[in-house]
Amino acid sequence: MSDVLSCVLPGVGFDRSTQGLLGAGQRLARELGGKHIVAVLGAADTGEIAKCCDSVLSAGHAALAEYQPETCLQALKALGEQSGAGVVLLGNDTYSQELTPRLAHRLGGCSIPDAQELSVQDGKVQVSRSVYGGKAMAHVAPNKTPAVVWVRARAMEPAEAGSAADVQQVDLELADSAAVRIVERHVEAQEGVRLEYAEVIVSGGRGLGGPEPFELLKQLAGPMKAQVAASRAACDSGWVPPNWQVGQTGKKVAPELYLAVAISGASQHLMGIADAKVIAAINTDADAPIYKHCRYGLVEDYKNAVEPLREKLAALLS
Amino acid sequence: MKILVCLKQILDPEIPARDFRIDRENKVADPGAANQVTNIFCENALETALQFRDAAGGEISVVSFGPESAEDSLRKALAVKADQAYLVTHDAGARFDSAAVAQVLAATVRKVGEFDLIMVGREAGDWGAGQTGGLLAEELGMPCVSFVDQIEAGEGGTLRLRRQTEVGSDDVEANTPLVVTITNNDQNVPRIPKTRDIMMSSRKPLTTMSLADVGLDAAAIQSGTEVLDLFVPEKDTTCEFAEGESLDEKVTWFAEQLAEIIRAI
Repeated sequence: MSDVLSCVLPGVGFDRSTQGLLGAGQRLARELGGKHIVAVLGAADTGEIAKCCDSVLSAGHAALAEYQPETCLQALKALGEQSGAGVVLLGNDTYSQELTPRLAHRLGGCSIPDAQELSVQDGKVQVSRSVYGGKAMAHVAPNKTPAVVWVRARAMEPAEAGSAADVQQVDLELADSAAVRIVERHVEAQEGVRLEYAEVIVSGGRGLGGPEPFELLKQLAGPMKAQVAASRAACDSGWVPPNWQVGQTGKKVAPELYLAVAISGASQHLMGIADAKVIAAINTDADAPIYKHCRYGLVEDYKNAVEPLREKLAALLS
Repeated sequence: MKILVCLKQILDPEIPARDFRIDRENKVADPGAANQVTNIFCENALETALQFRDAAGGEISVVSFGPESAEDSLRKALAVKADQAYLVTHDAGARFDSAAVAQVLAATVRKVGEFDLIMVGREAGDWGAGQTGGLLAEELGMPCVSFVDQIEAGEGGTLRLRRQTEVGSDDVEANTPLVVTITNNDQNVPRIPKTRDIMMSSRKPLTTMSLADVGLDAAAIQSGTEVLDLFVPEKDTTCEFAEGESLDEKVTWFAEQLAEIIRAI
């Protein structure tokens, strides 16, 4: 019951999310005094994963080649039971999120979402998570075992690589997923780095007033090697594409630096940047809520500040 | 198609941070002067249901598990022409986690009838847990698709769904019965009721039930989790503002701070 099972879904590989997930699993298993086991679905290359845990359960069944919810759920239930883990961890992608409560119920346990920190109190995992739109912090403990927890994987420290663990190939009997079938997957065209993986982001909000000022932000982003993003207000107004949106129902980002330009800092936007290491803002309103979350602030009209800022950054970073 | 939309009434999430208080002893938000509102994603779910019915026909029931004030949310749903409403009440102070809510909603479903499609919001604006839909589906032995923002009738009683992902969207075909959790898009913005329909809503059926009425003993409902502590964290970020006599001085300082961070990446 002190073992931890981390779950890697089909097609995911060893990306930053997986590295963070395995880091969380590794640290938690150590604190619980148990083993860190990783379940990998789909016949994936487990080389890097095996260095971050004590054992790998690899399920290469043909039906697991791509994510389909019903078959992946069956597979994780089987592997969860096989591992006997007391804590099951998943990442924060939408597939992992949707599986979490269902998997918890099937394993007879409980589910806890959106873990920012995992700790151990009295031999049990404790989850720290942000609630009430980011205005409060909760410490939540499981009442049932296993605790199935999805974590903010991208924001967690990667695992330390060690010697390669054994990889056990597991043959599973899986019933056909007739009830729900993903029949087509659409991937949006994306310029540059995906926002969730960007290390520097320059973001524009309602205060920009229209689409043209975003050209200024694109130019500013140049020397900063940044991706450009936007608040929900700017996206809903049609100034920029919807996939630029950062916020509660947009992208959740975790950059080293997030520069918010003409963004007031509504709760739902702050929820998208909670994992940014440093937030800085340019806004004409010194009382804008965004500044309560900033390390650096410039109270100026973006029209006066952005171009000089671009020039100076170009010189400093050349 | 018989559709059930589950609605949650919550403390207005738009309370500014400076007015927000926690009752740390009871581990709940202090309502203060704030209003109770229907969770926005529940409203998106109801709007999605109404658009589905407009296109393909069906009957829409709404349900809420909450204190008596939750009746407001249900009346508003009837005002946008849901067909009937069910309220399962509990004491205003009682706390139920997603697992407990799912058990109550499942018991209510077993009591009031069979549904082809059960819709919940993706998460609530207070606890933001997003667990209730998936747990409810398991309680009822149904599949669940989450982050759905579009539903259409498919061939032979099936449904065609679009669900959002990090990289775009998936097209999903599903049999009924089914649970979905709904997220927002620019199409499912909640409609405003007409004044006449608001008046007519008081004549539409709203059935109030206790836990006992749906066959549950409050003491027997199992929470999956326990809240050990709830608090407003101390802000450890103090913002340093650019100061200077000229714009140039301020921007220069600001640029230097940002450059230092970027160089270290």
